[in-house]
Amino acid sequence: MMEHAINLFVRSIFADNMIFAYFLGMCSYLAVSKDVKTSAGLGVAVTFVLLVTLPVNYLLQQYVLGPDALVEGVDLSYLSFILFIAVIAAIVQIVEMVVEKYSPSLYASLGIFLPLIAVNCAIMGASLFMQQRVTLDAADPKAIANIGDAFAYALGSGLGWLLAICALAGIREKMEYNDVPKPLQGLGITFITVGLMAMAFMCFSGLKIG
Amino acid sequence: MALSEKTKQAFLGPLNANNPVVVQILGICSALAVTVQLKPALVMGIAVTIIVALSNVVISALRTTIPSRIRIIVQLVVVAALVTLVSAFLKAFAYDVSVALSVYIGLIITNCILMGRLEAYAMTNGPWDSFLDGLGNGFGYMWVLVVVAFVRELLGSGTLMGQRIIPRSWYVANGGFYENCGMMMMPAMALILVACVIWAHRGLNKEEKK
Repeated sequence: MMEHAINLFVRSIFADNMIFAYFLGMCSYLAVSKDVKTSAGLGVAVTFVLLVTLPVNYLLQQYVLGPDALVEGVDLSYLSFILFIAVIAAIVQIVEMVVEKYSPSLYASLGIFLPLIAVNCAIMGASLFMQQRVTLDAADPKAIANIGDAFAYALGSGLGWLLAICALAGIREKMEYNDVPKPLQGLGITFITVGLMAMAFMCFSGLKIG
Repeated sequence: MALSEKTKQAFLGPLNANNPVVVQILGICSALAVTVQLKPALVMGIAVTIIVALSNVVISALRTTIPSRIRIIVQLVVVAALVTLVSAFLKAFAYDVSVALSVYIGLIITNCILMGRLEAYAMTNGPWDSFLDGLGNGFGYMWVLVVVAFVRELLGSGTLMGQRIIPRSWYVANGGFYENCGMMMMPAMALILVACVIWAHRGLNKEEKK
């Protein structure tokens, strides 16, 4: 049980990395990764929002949306897109207000990213993957069987995203001084860099613990 | 019907000079993930075009009545409703494609092209112009997807739209000389191909600012 959660956690950081395996959250990943400090701020914010929204959406899926969950014989899963995005938007709004009230310094450094996170594909994507994974057989290493697994998956995905954005920002800081062909400067070369990093991360695809 | 200069620009601009994917770098997540084969890429392009055009019309018609504080949530709900419709339609009439697209249909909700167009265009322009702007951006998105998917499917599996292009007798297994390029199926190559499209596009539009 515990082993399964740890396995899920490690897999979602490396093998099922949000950026390198599924390209989720690419827009803000490419736009913000210009220096390591800001990137780390956004990465922490994404991890935090994932940790709050994914378990909430897991409970929604189990007790409201799933087949026979709310009313016998009724499958509400066609409502999942609207409910998930509403939960995410609402939680992001609440987090923003709480942070603004209790930690103005954190708000100043994180504040600009929070509205962006509501439309970050990584958050919505994690919820949609969770929806697929709850139906998997419990023996499958990707299955999310209980709320603990949902937390482990959220934390792993968030940390994987944080790792990816900090690594890219580090490379881009160094690359400032390189002589890149003119039409490839800026985003072109960044894409190629991310492609090479994704190739490196492919080595983790067989990873399994226990 | 005669079109004014502004209307024409709304439709033609996003196809080349102001392309949402290769110039504005929006909507990258799905552009990369669905391009292993041509057919899902084409369906994804059509789905995004329909959703951008219709949501642009709806938001543009409502633009004077939406309070600006909650506009993001209103936009998300409109988009989520349209995506739910498209997803149900695909499940009913093109089930295999809907399986191939998996979570990425749901992720159209958080596609940055949509939010970008709604914020930047539909909130300030009339429904007809917004409709054309949505169509233009959808087609601009679609051609990039189709180019990338064309290369990946042709070189990665020797087929196009599921039809075999490279004859079986050419393969090494059948005594020929040809081998599929397995790298093309990997996520990493999608990034590198998009980088090549950006490179070519910038090279051809030299006068353009970085």
